[in-house]
Amino acid sequence: MAEKQGLPEGPGALVLGIETSCDETAASVVRDGREILSNVIASQVDLHRLFGGVVPEIASRKHIELIMPVIDLALKKADTKPEALSAIAVTYGPGLVGALLVGLSAAKAMALALDCPLVGINHIEGHIYANVLQYPEVEPPLICLTVSGGHTDLLYIDEYGHYEILGRTRDDAAGEAFDKIARVMGLDYPGGPEIARMAVDGDPKAIDFPRGLMQADTYDFSFSGLKTAAINHIHTLEQRGEELPVADIAASLQAAIVDVLTNKTIAAAKAYGAKTVFLSGGVAANEGLRTQLDLLATAQGMRVYYPSPVLCTDNAAMIACAGYYRYRRGERSPWDLNAVPNLRLGET
Amino acid sequence: MKAVMVCSEGPDETLALGEMLAKWLRPGDTVNLVGDLGVGKTVLVKGIATGLGIDPATVTSPTFALIHEYTGSVPLYHFDAYRLKRPEEWEDLGYEEYLRGQGISVVEWGDLVQVYLPPQHLEIEIKRVTETKRQIWFRAVGQHFDLVIDELGRELSHAGLGDRYCYGNR
Ligand SMILES: Nc1ncnc2c1ncn2[C@@H]1O[C@H](COP(=O)(O)OP(=O)(O)OP(=O)(O)O)[C@@H](O)[C@H]1O
Ligand SMILES: [Mg+2]
Repeated sequence: MAEKQGLPEGPGALVLGIETSCDETAASVVRDGREILSNVIASQVDLHRLFGGVVPEIASRKHIELIMPVIDLALKKADTKPEALSAIAVTYGPGLVGALLVGLSAAKAMALALDCPLVGINHIEGHIYANVLQYPEVEPPLICLTVSGGHTDLLYIDEYGHYEILGRTRDDAAGEAFDKIARVMGLDYPGGPEIARMAVDGDPKAIDFPRGLMQADTYDFSFSGLKTAAINHIHTLEQRGEELPVADIAASLQAAIVDVLTNKTIAAAKAYGAKTVFLSGGVAANEGLRTQLDLLATAQGMRVYYPSPVLCTDNAAMIACAGYYRYRRGERSPWDLNAVPNLRLGET
Repeated sequence: MKAVMVCSEGPDETLALGEMLAKWLRPGDTVNLVGDLGVGKTVLVKGIATGLGIDPATVTSPTFALIHEYTGSVPLYHFDAYRLKRPEEWEDLGYEEYLRGQGISVVEWGDLVQVYLPPQHLEIEIKRVTETKRQIWFRAVGQHFDLVIDELGRELSHAGLGDRYCYGNR
């Protein structure tokens, strides 16, 4: 959780964050964009208890049942009265439209009733702020690499609440390539994390998998060629009746993905004169990626930050934090803010 | 059922085929794209997008998001059912809403949500032949798409593809 030293005394700006873009129903209160006062996620034990251990199946219905209790609990844990809120931040995309609308409706109703500013947040942008919460002392400019099952985005952040997109994937996300190849290797989807574990025992040079767009003059990524090459490789071995060298495939696959990600990130940091690199998204948990990025960055006098596992998963604290910085820049969302299921970074 | 089969010798040819097909698709049409993991479904959609005036570099795999929406001369709704655990999860998408809309819907892994597809649609099956060769089958499911198959067949018969192309009514 956020460290408290160095923060101003007394009650700063309190922002309520609400997040219902996917499976989790979450709410959080954050002070001054740095200090987490509460961080409630509906899959947590306390809420299971609240519902006697029964959690409804269908995503949007589950959100409807959980949203108000989750918000109430977040306010209570933060010892915050709704009237004390400076702003309400809510995820409005990307995600399932039914799920998004639940959080959005709750946020709008509260904001209207309290006459409190509403700030819509892009879920992917939210993930970046997990780092800000964890390392409150770090300041932009910085380069942020967001890698997950659905995203591979390279951003330049000149100040919190504002960014420039440098590159993104042109086909598959890095995490998606991991997950899909894992399935061909017989693992359950999404098996990316499993691959990372197997890679530890393998030889990363065993198979020379393609490194898409690595030499190209762009910060964009491409992982579909790697996906198809790996699948072909596995099928060929299977057809020959050979046993799959799973550890070597995992290690070589990881090496290919990590090479491209780290190369482009460091190149961007150099080009933009940034001494700080943020890693965010689910794949930020990948040890191989962290280690190599650390190594390359250190050699350039740069520092890499990545969030702890708690903040890597979907949560509302990061939404509140992102909301705080947008609120401070004077940004307000209109009352007719709509859910945007396929919202991308840089779009509204 | 009317059908056309073409052999694609590389991603560029698959892109070109998608672009060619886009001319014959109309608002409200649905395309079901089937074939193994990594066979080239998204590549074909990039081609369709190009034909609709959409920058193909912005067309990415919708596996995670389940749907991507693109604004072209006609809206393109790009679905992907790959990661669904149960077909019923499709209902959470507001799928019908899109089908009623004025866009072209393309569904990767549509065979996993067959029950939700409209009775009339174009089925495209991509089969892997070698590392870079693919057989691409276009099939009219429902007569509405017979015309599309006829037009594609006519255009391809003039492309001098020889035995890399066949057209039939089964
Ligand atoms: N003839 C071809 N047509 C299309 N793609 C080809 C061909 N030959 C090689 N490829 C390569 O195969 C890969 C196809 O990847 P793509 O992501 O489009 O597959 P997909 O069927 O959408 O996979 P998924 O099931 O993961 O959605 C690309 O890297 C492409 O360059
Ligand atoms: Mg695809």
